[in-house]
Amino acid sequence: MAKKEAVKTSYQGQIHLLQKDLMGDYFASLTRAAEQGEGKSAYMLISGNPVELVLAFDMIPVYPEINALQLAVKKVALPYILKAEEMGYSIDNCAYVKADVGLFLGDRKTPFATIPSPSLILCNYVGCNVYLQWFEHLAEYSQAEIFNLDIPFNRHPSGKPSKQDLEYVVKQLEELIEVCERITGKKFDYQKLQKIVSYSGQTGELWSRIKGLTKHIPSPFDAYFDSVTMMAPLYCLRGTEGGLRFFETAYKEMEEKVRLGMGPLPQERFRFVIEGPPPWPYLRTFRDLFAKWGAVAVASTYSTVGGLWEFGFQHDPNRPLESIAEHMLEWNLTNRNFLQRYDQIRRYVEEWSADALVIHSVKSCRLFSAGQGDMREYFTKELGIPTLLIESDIEDPRYFSEAQMKTRVDAFFESLEHRKILRQASAPGGER
Amino acid sequence: MKDDKVSMTIDALISKYREIVEESSFSYAAEWKAKHAGRKVVGCYPVYTPLEIIHAGGMLPVGVMGGGNRLEIAHADSRFQSFVCSIVKSTLELGLTGKLDALDGIVFHSICDPARNLASVFKRNFPNLMVEYIHFPQNMTSKHTAAYLTAEYQRLKASYENLAGRPITDTELRESIRLYNEQRRLVRDLYRIRSENPQNLSTVESYVLTRIGTLLPPEEHVGILKEAIAAIAQRHEKPKDRIKVVLEGSFCEQPPLELIESLEAAGCYLLDDDFLLGWRWFSKDIPVEGDPIQNLAQAYLDRSVFSGVKHDTREPKAKHLIDKVKETGADAVLILAAKFCEPALFDYALYRRALEAEGIPHLFLEFEEKMWIFEKARTEVETFVESMLFD
Repeated sequence: MAKKEAVKTSYQGQIHLLQKDLMGDYFASLTRAAEQGEGKSAYMLISGNPVELVLAFDMIPVYPEINALQLAVKKVALPYILKAEEMGYSIDNCAYVKADVGLFLGDRKTPFATIPSPSLILCNYVGCNVYLQWFEHLAEYSQAEIFNLDIPFNRHPSGKPSKQDLEYVVKQLEELIEVCERITGKKFDYQKLQKIVSYSGQTGELWSRIKGLTKHIPSPFDAYFDSVTMMAPLYCLRGTEGGLRFFETAYKEMEEKVRLGMGPLPQERFRFVIEGPPPWPYLRTFRDLFAKWGAVAVASTYSTVGGLWEFGFQHDPNRPLESIAEHMLEWNLTNRNFLQRYDQIRRYVEEWSADALVIHSVKSCRLFSAGQGDMREYFTKELGIPTLLIESDIEDPRYFSEAQMKTRVDAFFESLEHRKILRQASAPGGER
Repeated sequence: MKDDKVSMTIDALISKYREIVEESSFSYAAEWKAKHAGRKVVGCYPVYTPLEIIHAGGMLPVGVMGGGNRLEIAHADSRFQSFVCSIVKSTLELGLTGKLDALDGIVFHSICDPARNLASVFKRNFPNLMVEYIHFPQNMTSKHTAAYLTAEYQRLKASYENLAGRPITDTELRESIRLYNEQRRLVRDLYRIRSENPQNLSTVESYVLTRIGTLLPPEEHVGILKEAIAAIAQRHEKPKDRIKVVLEGSFCEQPPLELIESLEAAGCYLLDDDFLLGWRWFSKDIPVEGDPIQNLAQAYLDRSVFSGVKHDTREPKAKHLIDKVKETGADAVLILAAKFCEPALFDYALYRRALEAEGIPHLFLEFEEKMWIFEKARTEVETFVESMLFD
């Protein structure tokens, strides 16, 4: 087998730059809130959140997950993690939480922003039990008001929330409106909420169409590594006009790439679906392990943590509270059960014409990872889809072993390549 | 001095049940099914299940509490990673090796992420088992929570009616509530004896007497508890020089009995603990009159004990623990957390902060249900005890 040269990937387009500007503005708003007391901030979680409601009160959404992952990307997370471990957090606890707690209890100054203290801790619990504990801890440390917005887990055989589940969430949202009115001193403006929800609806629709574009061969972008670029504005700026404009630009850019037959790599040799969050502290290294093989991710479950739009959901301004509730209950990855995730991946493999599944199992996030061995069993034995399971972490740099990871990835793609050659030999003129 | 006859009765009782507890094979449930043709057995994963609903349908709810330290994990560790706690893997192993064959259903709950995913893995691997999942509310302050949980229990009732193949009546539900009230009251008595006169009842004894109730019908368990409590009342042991501690952190995966023994032998009286927490979930009786499903739901919200998986924001996390130390007059706290148990490990960070602020000494230990060697834990506890007794 020919020795593969390392391929360094870099994105050639304007959306990465636009993303940097927009995120810079967002982080600047956090710093202004922290340093000049501008505005009230609401801490929230990324997965299926009611940011539309928070924005209707002009509150600033602060996402401890984003802060933790930025620390990891900037390779400064470890001292914060260690600080939390000295306080009694376990080596086996989620490192997102530890990095964030370490940051929260210090001066909260980071290379990207100064983090404001919360006026409201809004625990939009969707699936992840660690969220509940994370925000419980932040509430104890900050003494800020906490609101546990309870989202019943997707447990019905139909895969849909029940009528009672929906009612329960809508009623809690109404209670949340009262809390926001009290904290901000502002009256709830229904039409303003409708406008915001309409931005979210259009943004989600564009995002869904962008994701559909990776069905093309070659895929115009990498649905894992380039998706994360788009996920930041999707989560931090959803419900704003600026966020919507970003996705209009992104859609045009990606459509143009499809037209020109351009992909993220010089040559697309393998198409894979990837499950699990990325190793933020080593994102570039990780990407290059796949780029070297001409392997492009055509779909990823991680890009559906904050919302699952590609299977038909859209926020509806005519039913703003109900559609926020439906987004939280049903249309995001984390509130869906594990078997629904198997289905989602199976659809990706089939409809996005993938050759393989890669499972990146992270220790910190057991919502994602616990049981991924069973998932591998299902995809390899029941469906006959080549599946690679590799382990590291989303946040803690101590769990990334590059050499080991490289060996596994290389062995996997070598065998995929071998299969491909055999298949081409047995079907002359058939396979691509 | 010991009354030999009393001592024999209670010792014989405990050693008989200890054997059943340690075997973790559900042989009793299989026998029960053979004797009660057509009736079903439902396994209940920790922490809490509204047992009354299952029992009222003429079925036997049994605790599925992991595999203990006699089960070899040969298959489940390829499904769940090394960083997932022991009970998740051992429960799957029990299933994969046919040790749960007596069960017709199993129920999991929204306690943590691995347990939640385990419910799905069970569904896929055991298509003949009825797998239920209860989402317990995590908003304890909304005025709509009671209605939600009532609806959830109604859904559950319909699901168990389906399994039982017959309706579950309110009269049956009330009778089950009455029976489990009695069982929980007796278990509370057992715990009261231990916290008031720990020299008369060891933790392992009270543990076995409680745990056997997770395997037998409540009707039988009530009889056993009454007999045991009467026998224990005849004990008048002299207190030893031991420190008094409250134990916390073992509400889901259960430590081996040998470990519990080692903790006491190292010089502690365990005045209270959170073992088998879901099987003694209520601090007061659940009202029998009125709508039974509503009563069960309401009781979860206003008379259930503290649990780290309940996320009640109405009071600080450690308040119940500090209160317990003060109420029992304990000298210290022992945190015994299952390895990789995120709920318990996270709680510890807040406990430690609060205990230090209150000046209450504590020791933190991790365990695994499958552990075999207890020397290290014993030495750590001994050192802690000595520092308390002699410093």
